[in-house]
Amino acid sequence: MAKKESTFTNMVLTLFVVTLVASSALGFVYKLTKEPIEQGKLRKKNEAIRTVVPDFTNQPNEEAYSVEVEGDSLKIFPARKNGKLVGMAVSTFTNEGFSGEIKLMVGFNANGEINNISVLEHKETPGLGDKIEKSKSDWSTQFNGKNPENFKLKVKKDNGDVDAITASTISSRAYCDAVSRAYNAFKKGVKNESVE
Amino acid sequence: MNQWNNFSKGFIKDNPVFVLFLGLCPTLGVTTSAFNGLGMGLATTFVLLMSNLVVSIIKSLIPDKVRIPTFIVVIASFVTIVEMVMEAYLPTLFEQLGLFIPLIVVNCLVLGRAEAFASKNNILSSIIDGLGMGFGFAFALTLLGAVREILGSGTLFGLNLHLFPLDSDGNPITMLVFVLAPGAFLALGYLIVLINKLKKKIY
Repeated sequence: MAKKESTFTNMVLTLFVVTLVASSALGFVYKLTKEPIEQGKLRKKNEAIRTVVPDFTNQPNEEAYSVEVEGDSLKIFPARKNGKLVGMAVSTFTNEGFSGEIKLMVGFNANGEINNISVLEHKETPGLGDKIEKSKSDWSTQFNGKNPENFKLKVKKDNGDVDAITASTISSRAYCDAVSRAYNAFKKGVKNESVE
Repeated sequence: MNQWNNFSKGFIKDNPVFVLFLGLCPTLGVTTSAFNGLGMGLATTFVLLMSNLVVSIIKSLIPDKVRIPTFIVVIASFVTIVEMVMEAYLPTLFEQLGLFIPLIVVNCLVLGRAEAFASKNNILSSIIDGLGMGFGFAFALTLLGAVREILGSGTLFGLNLHLFPLDSDGNPITMLVFVLAPGAFLALGYLIVLINKLKKKIY
């Protein structure tokens, strides 16, 4: 077949047809993958909530609400067992990380004790700051069972109660910052609950 | 052209990373572990194969002056498809590769093969070229990822190799620099030396 000549109509027609085919193919794949993508995101969120709060029977994701803390709004997922509040998962963040934002899901028992924490997203240095992840090191378990009321959420260098990760003081500080932000949100959330 | 040579040239003789130096941005960026390198390599292989196939089918229908925009549209479509499918069915890998998947669009390797090979050769040769180059790219990325993972984290494909002594906390003392950006350049440099040596021996 001879090569098509580069006339104006030929060029316009070719580009039109090519982009039309491409966009319809993309639309088709988008429709096909839309549901699994959304389900995956939802599943991940539910899993993160499940790992940080005590057993619950409600749908924390559907009862979620936001509270304002120092100008930022944090999302709270209340966990209830048979209607009684057993804990709260707070989706929190910090911008103090060594390389940008760190996102955590912090779970509290109803009495304010930290139940468990899971890292949702971070860009800390592999091998150093990434020890905040449970899979890399058990550093973050020191928070479990502590009540921020009498457990100062600061590294020992800053006169707090938290053992910093060796060679990653900045990441540890950022982690504490995110957790204490979550605790402030939790206090507000508990206040809301008792008003209801 | 002999099809076997056409396929195997991507591994050593014309390896996209070690010899042609194409697509170095994702190469240096994602190869922090062998698994990431393999994932990125296979994603690129798929895009390369499909774009080579489509370009060689439509090559005679495309006026010369608009061929580059057409190729880019074809490549971008396949990259977006890979991105959506990966997010839906391989979310863990998708998170690791993240930003680098959309960047396959501007990977000069893909456009380079479309322009230099697929637009001049028949369908079969183009498919084989795409596969060979893609696997060569995946091979290079996996090799680089494996070297960096072994030296930097003491693991290979996530398996602990127990190569390094432990510190007082029980963590292995590894050569962290290899997981970081400078290590990518160091490891790539030494691998290029080795591959060049090997190439001289074979050809």
